[in-house]
Amino acid sequence: MNPDSASPPRKDLLTIEDLDREEILAILDTAKPFKDLFTRSVKKVPTLRGKTVLNLFYEPSTRTRTSFEIAAKRLSADVTNFAVSTSSVVKGESILDTIDTLQAMKVDYMIVRHQVSGVPEYIARHTHAAVINAGDGYHAHPTQALLDAFTFQEVFPEMEGKRIVVAGDILHSRVARSVFEVMHKLGVEVGAFGPATLVPDTVPDYVRPLASFDEVLEFNPHVLYLLRLQLERQQANFFPSMREYHRQYGVTAERFHILRERGAWIMHPGPVNRGVELVDDVMTYERTLINTQVENGIATRMAILYHLTPEEQKRSPRKEVTA
Amino acid sequence: MQEHTILDETDIPAVIRRLAAQILERHGDAPLAVVGIRTRGVTLADRLVQELQRHRGDVDRGTLDISLYRDDLDNLAALPHVEGSDISFDIEGARIILCDDVLFTGRTIRAAMNVLLDYGRPERIELAVLADRGHRELPIAATYTGVTVDTRHDDYLRVHFTETDREDRVIHYTPEAS
Repeated sequence: MNPDSASPPRKDLLTIEDLDREEILAILDTAKPFKDLFTRSVKKVPTLRGKTVLNLFYEPSTRTRTSFEIAAKRLSADVTNFAVSTSSVVKGESILDTIDTLQAMKVDYMIVRHQVSGVPEYIARHTHAAVINAGDGYHAHPTQALLDAFTFQEVFPEMEGKRIVVAGDILHSRVARSVFEVMHKLGVEVGAFGPATLVPDTVPDYVRPLASFDEVLEFNPHVLYLLRLQLERQQANFFPSMREYHRQYGVTAERFHILRERGAWIMHPGPVNRGVELVDDVMTYERTLINTQVENGIATRMAILYHLTPEEQKRSPRKEVTA
Repeated sequence: MQEHTILDETDIPAVIRRLAAQILERHGDAPLAVVGIRTRGVTLADRLVQELQRHRGDVDRGTLDISLYRDDLDNLAALPHVEGSDISFDIEGARIILCDDVLFTGRTIRAAMNVLLDYGRPERIELAVLADRGHRELPIAATYTGVTVDTRHDDYLRVHFTETDREDRVIHYTPEAS
């Protein structure tokens, strides 16, 4: 039997920038049949049987870690959680020594989250395992962006020319960066709405900065994507208060009324700060996709695991890096 | 490479009519589901259903994608494109005719049965193939066989259907003797 896919195998998923439009669409296409599996009596397939998937989270995240864990288990992989805060990392073990240890355990896939940008890439260069970036610093969160694109595409199969506004704490958001990139590559027009202190000058040229909610309405997005206000990462005072943030940049009752009349769809990567990014009523609105995003997260992560191919393990545990 | 036509465009419809007649003889008007394995098993299933429904009531239709159940994923140069299965009837207690174009090692059929059994517990599964070329690696046999072809292991047997290949033909390729 001849496999009809011609794309060369990819080892790691580190940023959306690494993917071209075709590869993104290929991953989204694969996520669909994975989602269909969830309606069967047996939700597992034997695809990764005998493979080991390791969750390596240097930063706490129950949701993303659980999503990856379910995705890997539905592919029949063995899943190990490397609890960093209780491990030798706190005893001062370097990242590379940790990788050597894990490599010796013959791990095939590593899901890495780290508070410092670039760490997943650094690990990827030093291991034969396939590495998936599950969020690094303010840099990238490609699996979130892909599941968001999949969710968008379910609602709007023809994405070209549709409009999305990403609203909130763009400065502190790796989600925003990855979502901008994936939507742009799929032909969606992108706007950014947030406190001037939180919208960095470094947003890509294709992103339209929107200074007020009136400008958001003028842009008339099909989807309003609310970022989570990262309360735990807010050190400096970028805005006066949470109530003020809600009043200026959140979906207030009044704005929700307008958005509903226009039939706009709402997305949010979760977890939601009720009363900050949005009022309670939004959570029960029929065009709120927040729970769909969670379900699609599992299907999309299954598609990503399927899409990546670990290198064959050599005898030396650590990969030799030239240059 | 030598090529030899086993069945041509007049043989194939006749063979499919005969397979349908055998299925009718065994099952009559009992509830039945015909399930094709992607890609050319689906065409065979479609044609069998057309033929069956000229002589009896409706039968259920399904499609299987076995990509995720293959036992050789590690050895493939490129990953197979996953299109997904479509089983929209209730598999509990169903009588299923599984269809594929060529029966060879039996590994595809093994994988297909695993997919079906993950949907539920059918009453029985039977197998219909257009061509059986031998060289089984698993204890699997077809219930309905269109044609049996004597092949060597490194020969290549290919089924063309007009729907996917613009002609109806079964071709047997043999490497030149050296």
